Amino acid sequence: MHPAPSVIIFTTFSGLGFGLLFWLGLGAIKPMGWGAFLWFFIAYAMAVGGLIASTFHLGHPERAIKAFSQWQTSWLSREGIAAVFTLVVMGIYALGALFGVHMGFTGFIGAIGCLATVFTTSMIYAQLKTVPRWRHWSTPAMFLLLSIGGGALFAGQVTVAIVLLLIAAVMQYFAWMSGDGRLSHSGTNLKTATGLGTIGEVRAFEPPHTGTNYLLKEFVHVVGRKHSAKLRQITLGLAFLAPILLLLLPFNHFFALLAVLCHVAGVLTLRWLFFAEAEHVVGLYYGKR
Amino acid sequence: MTQLPSSTQKKLGLVIDLDTCVGCHACVISCKGWNTENYGAPLSDQDPYGANPTGTFLNRVHSYEVQPPNLKDGSKAAAQLIHFPKSCLHCEDAPCVTVCPTGASYKRQEDGIVLVNESDCIGCGLCAWACPYGARELDADEGVMKKCTLCVDRIYNENLPEEDRQPACVRTCPAEARHFGDFADPESNVSILTAERGGMDLMPEQGTKPVNKYLPPRPKDEAPEFDVLAPYLEPIAQDAKGFVGWLDKTLSAMPRGAK
Ligand code: SF4
Ligand code: SF4
Ligand code: SF4
Repeated sequence: MHPAPSVIIFTTFSGLGFGLLFWLGLGAIKPMGWGAFLWFFIAYAMAVGGLIASTFHLGHPERAIKAFSQWQTSWLSREGIAAVFTLVVMGIYALGALFGVHMGFTGFIGAIGCLATVFTTSMIYAQLKTVPRWRHWSTPAMFLLLSIGGGALFAGQVTVAIVLLLIAAVMQYFAWMSGDGRLSHSGTNLKTATGLGTIGEVRAFEPPHTGTNYLLKEFVHVVGRKHSAKLRQITLGLAFLAPILLLLLPFNHFFALLAVLCHVAGVLTLRWLFFAEAEHVVGLYYGKR
Repeated sequence: MTQLPSSTQKKLGLVIDLDTCVGCHACVISCKGWNTENYGAPLSDQDPYGANPTGTFLNRVHSYEVQPPNLKDGSKAAAQLIHFPKSCLHCEDAPCVTVCPTGASYKRQEDGIVLVNESDCIGCGLCAWACPYGARELDADEGVMKKCTLCVDRIYNENLPEEDRQPACVRTCPAEARHFGDFADPESNVSILTAERGGMDLMPEQGTKPVNKYLPPRPKDEAPEFDVLAPYLEPIAQDAKGFVGWLDKTLSAMPRGAK
């Protein structure tokens, strides 16, 4: 899949934003007054900023309101509803905090909304049979772990963050390793795609067009794949190892900031790989992978 | 409405004959020609006369080489070149419809045609992600999703002469490799063709239940060695006499002459 900056920014920052809102909602930290303003500002900037970035890949963003209508079948629609619901509930909770009132129940509902939003985002990808690498329980698991793990890091929940990031690192390693074989085990290949496998070996002889097209640009990204082993190491180092080590050191604001920056850079790389490594079965028609 | 109808009254679709398609791409051109100036947004091209032309098409023709296993006597079977037209298969269990957040994508209850309501489409592209066949393309100029309409504006169009009330690609195909009809009717041309020739689904394991069926190429290797022209190509006179004989001998004797 094409690793478009808009979706990488969207999944990374809205995940972190809702993760931070999750911990704020649970009352892990209870900032009041101006402190609350700062915390909620950071969380909303990431969550809403990410959502806005996601509209950049739309052909007609001005009609985005229509995307709330098909929640009965569409995970994308469900995500939109979950996101708006959560932002409104957490907005009320934040307003309370701003004026020094802690509304525990509202925060709790908001926290559940955060998890629901991240889960529905992950299901947009995990539902796709056409991308076998994504169609696995590890996709929602990873989205949720990164969201609340990164959120804990932002919220300064040192012990929780260390534990969650450790689990996330192991989980991500598993997702990569198990994901590598999933296309070949999916049973979809050029033989079933063309139905010609009953005659013999099938080879793509000539594509339908001499240039490129929407399908190749959107679904058949093979360029960056050769660096994936190196990028996986960088991801593990930046997103998980470096923040964990920095958190284990005696507390210091500079180290904390560095841990957060490393983690964000690591998750951006992770999400780049998430898209770049994902093989869409339509590539088979073009003899790719 | 992105909920799929539990059943459709008709199941309109195409049969594509991989045995007779000659790979001329006439259906590609007639499809683009009809659909760029009728239903919905035009099918735009980018940089059409430049170095990197791209554009939106609803129907494209791939070509595949198939290498059958060796023959019984161990000799190598000839490879086959198979042209492979591909447009939307109007799936019964269309994943492109259910993922659509706006309801722009829908499957018609009356005839099973899968369409996009372009004034509702936000151009998110998710339906194209969900289609395993690459049957949907987002138009770069209009920012809306384009796909085969089964020429819905031809097949019911009473302004057209009777023989033109079929999809443009079917109407134009010089090899009659594309057939249009109702799969819900067991007596229809497409149902009979599918039954007689073993019409197949593409990627059945994806669970999309495509309506369009592909007819596999007929077996080639079992055909006996038979050449209608061979008897006429035998040399007529083996030992020519007189002038012709002299000419034959002289020409053969010349450097690089045929012996
Ligand atoms: S071929 Fe693709 S676009 Fe057409 S109905 Fe099936 S899944 Fe949808
Ligand atoms: S691109 Fe248009 S038709 Fe396709 S899923 Fe998005 S809104 Fe629906
Ligand atoms: S039925 Fe019409 S829209 Fe569909 S491929 Fe044929 S010509 Fe194109």
